[in-house]
Amino acid sequence: MLETIWFLLWGVLWAVYFMLDGYDLGLGSVMPFLAKSEKDKKTIYNSMGPFWDGNEVWLVTAGGVTFAAFPKAYAVMFSGLYTALMLLLMALILRGVAFEFRGLVESDWSRKFWDGAMVVGSALPGLLLGVAFANIFQGIPINAEGVFQGGLLTLLNPYGLAGGVLFVLLFAIHGCLWLAVRTTGDLNARAGNLAAAIWPFLVAVYAAFLALTGLYTKLLSNYLTNPILLLILLIPIFAIVMVRTYISTQKWWLAWTCSAALIFSTTMFGIIGLFPALLPSSINPAFSITIHNAASSQLTLKIMLTVALTMVPLVIAYQFWMHKIFATKITDEDIGY
Amino acid sequence: MDVLMLSRLQFAMATMFHFIFVPLTLGLSVMIAIMETYYVRTGKEVYLRMTKFWGKLFVINFVLGIVTGLTLEFQFGTNWSRYSIYVGDIFGSLLAIEATVAFFMESTFIAAWIFGWKKLSAKMHCACIWIVAIASNISAIWIILANGWMQNPVGYVIRNGRAELDDFAAVLSNPFGWSQFLHNGFGAFVVAGFFLMGVSAYHLLRKNEVEFFTKSFKMGIICAFIFSIAVAVQGHGHAQEVAHKQPAKLAAMEALWDSTDSAPMYLLAMPDEEKEKNAVELFGIPGGLSFLAFNSFDAPVKGLKEWPKEDRPPVLVTFLSFRLMVGLGSLFPLLCIWAWTKRKNLVENRLLLRVMLYAIPLPYIAIWAGWAVAEVGRQPWIVYGIMKTSDAVSPIVTSQVAFSFIGLTLLYTMLGACEIFLLTKFARKGPEPTKA
Repeated sequence: MLETIWFLLWGVLWAVYFMLDGYDLGLGSVMPFLAKSEKDKKTIYNSMGPFWDGNEVWLVTAGGVTFAAFPKAYAVMFSGLYTALMLLLMALILRGVAFEFRGLVESDWSRKFWDGAMVVGSALPGLLLGVAFANIFQGIPINAEGVFQGGLLTLLNPYGLAGGVLFVLLFAIHGCLWLAVRTTGDLNARAGNLAAAIWPFLVAVYAAFLALTGLYTKLLSNYLTNPILLLILLIPIFAIVMVRTYISTQKWWLAWTCSAALIFSTTMFGIIGLFPALLPSSINPAFSITIHNAASSQLTLKIMLTVALTMVPLVIAYQFWMHKIFATKITDEDIGY
Repeated sequence: MDVLMLSRLQFAMATMFHFIFVPLTLGLSVMIAIMETYYVRTGKEVYLRMTKFWGKLFVINFVLGIVTGLTLEFQFGTNWSRYSIYVGDIFGSLLAIEATVAFFMESTFIAAWIFGWKKLSAKMHCACIWIVAIASNISAIWIILANGWMQNPVGYVIRNGRAELDDFAAVLSNPFGWSQFLHNGFGAFVVAGFFLMGVSAYHLLRKNEVEFFTKSFKMGIICAFIFSIAVAVQGHGHAQEVAHKQPAKLAAMEALWDSTDSAPMYLLAMPDEEKEKNAVELFGIPGGLSFLAFNSFDAPVKGLKEWPKEDRPPVLVTFLSFRLMVGLGSLFPLLCIWAWTKRKNLVENRLLLRVMLYAIPLPYIAIWAGWAVAEVGRQPWIVYGIMKTSDAVSPIVTSQVAFSFIGLTLLYTMLGACEIFLLTKFARKGPEPTKA
C-alpha cells in the first residue's frame, strides 16, 4: 500500500516539475523567436527570473524522492541514462548561471554568449527529459542485475525521439503562454501568435505520440484492464483544445493553466500506465524495476510520507504566494527602463 | 584510468567546486540578514547600502552554489549506483528531506529577496533574507547528517541485502554528524568573516567609503573571531570522536605507524607510505598525541600497521591536509586579535589591511583541507566499516565517465573563472553612491 502511494507521489512530483520548470525551459528555448530588442530580452529574462530556481527544486525533489522511496530505481535509472543526465546537468547549470551573469557584464559578446547558453541550456533539457521519459515508458535494456545494456544511442529510438519532440513542443507553448501572462503590447502579441503557430504541430505530435505509445509500449494494458481509467485521457484532450480556445480569446492565465494541466495529465497518463513498474526491462519483463523490488523499507516510506505530507503543502503555499506577488505584468521600471 | 578512479576524481572535483560557494553562503547570508535588520530597525541608509552591496556579492556566489549542488545529487545515482542501492533507504531519505524542508525555501525566498525590493514591505523583505539564511543552514544540517552517517553509520540493520533504516532518531541525533555540522558551520562563518574583512580592506586601503567599510570590517572581525575560536575548540572535540570511531583516520592524520602507549605528536613530519614510516620526524612532544586524542599522556593509540595495507586511508594526503587545516586554523584567531586591537584606526594600519586582503582565500583553503581529511581519511570505506568505495561504483562504461569528467571540468573551470572575475569586479566597484 505504501509503495503504491509513493509510486503515485513519485509520478506527481515529476509531473509538477515538468509543469513548472516546463514554462521557463520552454520560454528560454523560444527566446530567439520572440525577442527583437535588448528590452524584449530583458523582459523575457525578468519574466522567469523570480521563478526558475524554485521551479528547478522540484527536479531535485523528484530525484531525491526517487532515491529515498525507490533506491534501486534511482540507481538503475540514473546510471543507465548516464550520458543523457550529464548533458541535462550541464545544460541546467549553464542556463541557471546565465540568469544571474548575463545582466552583470555590459558587453555584447558576453550577452550573446549567455543568450546562447540560455537557448541551448533550455531546449536541451526539454528534449532530454522527453527522450528519457519516453524510454522509461517503453522500457530500456536492463539485465537481471539491473545493469543497462546499451548507450546513448540506444535511447535515440523512434519512440524516444517522439517523446523528446513532444516535450520540446509542450514546453515551448507553455513558455509562450507564460510570457503572454506577464507582458502587454507587442511582446504579448508575438508570444500569443507563436503559441498559436506551435499549436497544430503539438496536436499532430501528440496524436502521433499516442499512436506510437500503443505500438511501442505496454502502457495501455493497465487502461485496457480497467477501461474506466481511460477517462483520464479526457483531461489532456480537453486541455489541449482549451489551450487553443483561450489563446484565441486572449485569456492568458487560463490558457497557461490549461497548458499546465496538459503537461501534468500527460505525464500522469504515462505514469499510471507504467504501474507497478518504475523502469520496465525491454530484455525480459522479469528484470523490470518495480515498486515491489525497488522500494525502501516500510519505516523509511512511512517517515518520508509524513515529511512529504507536511512539507509539500507548505512548499506549494509559499510558491503560490510567490507567483501571486511576482507574476504580474512587467513594467518598464521592473527591467530598469 | 578505470570507472572507479574517474568517478572518485569527478566526485571530488564536483564537491570541492560546490564547496567554494556553500561556506560563504552559510555565513554571509546571516551577516546580510543582520545588516538588513539594522536597517529596518534604525532606518539608517548606510545599512541599506551595506545590505545591497554585500547582497550583490552574495547572489553572484549563491547561484553557483545552487546549480553545482544539482550535480552532487545526481552523481550518487549516475556514478555510485551500487552505493545508492545499498544505503538509499537511509541516505536517500536524508537528501530528499533536505530538498523538501530546506532547499525549496532558500530557492524561493532568495528570489523574493532579489526581486522584492519594491514589491515587499521592508519587514517582509528582511524576513526573506532571514529565511534564506536559516534555510541554508538547515540544508547544511541534513546534508552533513547524511555525510555523518557515512562516517559513523548508526540506526540501521543489514536486511534484504542492504542497509535499512532501523532507528530514525539515532540517525538524526548521530553525534558524529552534529559534530561535523558544527565544525563545518563554524568554519563557514570564518570564511564569511574573512571575506567581509578582506573586501573591506581593499577599499579602506584606498580610503574609499571609510565609514561603510569600517562598519563592514568590524562585523567581519567579530564574526571571524568568535567562530575561529569556536571552530578550534570544537575541532579538538571532533578529533577525539575521530580517535574513538575512526582510529585508522586518526593514525593517518598524525602519520602514526606503530601502535604505542604514550604516542608522541610531531610538529614536523613527513610520512613515507612505501616504507611504512616517517622520512622525517622532528620536535616530538612526548605523549602529545595520546593526550590530545584521549586526554591522557599514556593512552594507547593504534598505529597504521594495525590495518592491512588495503584498509588504510591514503596517509600523505590525510596527514598534510590535517596539518594545513590546523595550521591555518591556529592563525585565524591571531589575525582576528591583531585586527581587533587596531579596529579604532583601521585606515592607518596599512599592513593589517594588506594582510587581510590577501587572507581572503585562507579560510577557504582550510575548509577544503578539512573536507579532504574527512573524506580521504575515511577511505577505503565509502560507509565506514560497512561498504568499500570500490564496491560502490556504478557498472558503467569508462568512456561515459571520461566524457562527463572532462565536460564538467571544462564547464566548472569556465564558471569558476567567470565567478572570480565577477566577484572581483563588483567587490572592487564598491557600493552604489548615496542617492542625492
